[in-house]
Amino acid sequence: MKIAITSTGNNLESKLDQRFGRCSYFVIYDTETGGTEFIPNPNKDAREGAGPASVQIVASRNVSRIISGEFGIKIKSILDSLKIQMIVIKEPEKSIGKIIEMLNK
Amino acid sequence: MSPRPTRLRKVSSPPVISGFKPYGAKGAGRDAGTVFLHFEEYEAVRLVDFEMLNHYQASQEMNVSRPTLTRIYSKARHKIAVALVKGRQIIIEGGKIYFDSEWFFCNTCSCYFNNPEKQEAVKECPLCRGRRFSIYNKEITEQEEFMATTKTQ
Repeated sequence: MKIAITSTGNNLESKLDQRFGRCSYFVIYDTETGGTEFIPNPNKDAREGAGPASVQIVASRNVSRIISGEFGIKIKSILDSLKIQMIVIKEPEKSIGKIIEMLNK
Repeated sequence: MSPRPTRLRKVSSPPVISGFKPYGAKGAGRDAGTVFLHFEEYEAVRLVDFEMLNHYQASQEMNVSRPTLTRIYSKARHKIAVALVKGRQIIIEGGKIYFDSEWFFCNTCSCYFNNPEKQEAVKECPLCRGRRFSIYNKEITEQEEFMATTKTQ
């Protein structure tokens, strides 16, 4: 299963990005191979429609879960119809490595 | 001027089938057309005729106004009647909708998560695999937050 995590930087020490649509990087974590892929988000400074555009990037990687700090109202309905599970973590200090550790427990 | 944009209708869960097919046509009475029943029309019929809600309650469920709900509902009734009388098949698709899913709160790792697979019950937290989680209700937490802020003042 593939899981997307929003990240502020491009390594495992980076913290979780609290925004979904305008996060700096997407981390695609594959639970079967244990591999991670960092994708820079081109919609970081988009004025409008960052959410749906970001969903498209993530959905094209076939993820089934997304971990972020918050999801916008437009995104929730799209992800619901795509059957992608949303996980909200309200801890901005948590690093990507820690989250992956939790997933592997 | 362009008309007002259509408000998104909330549909609690997709129907278990994608349509209906007529059988046993008698002579040339049946025509081969198809009736496209929108998801929002399916939801209106489900709320009003299956859940037995009144139009006002149903409109609250779907997040639209009461007159809009009544309009969606009467359109649904008309489409179903056409299919029944003309012997057409019904395909449920389309419409301006979004699916609502339930949200949960994990007591172990204090994360929130939703359940997009509505047919399957949630067994564990997707993050920490903990089993101590509860249904998360937004109204309650907003009220709690309000109480917390009034206490500190």
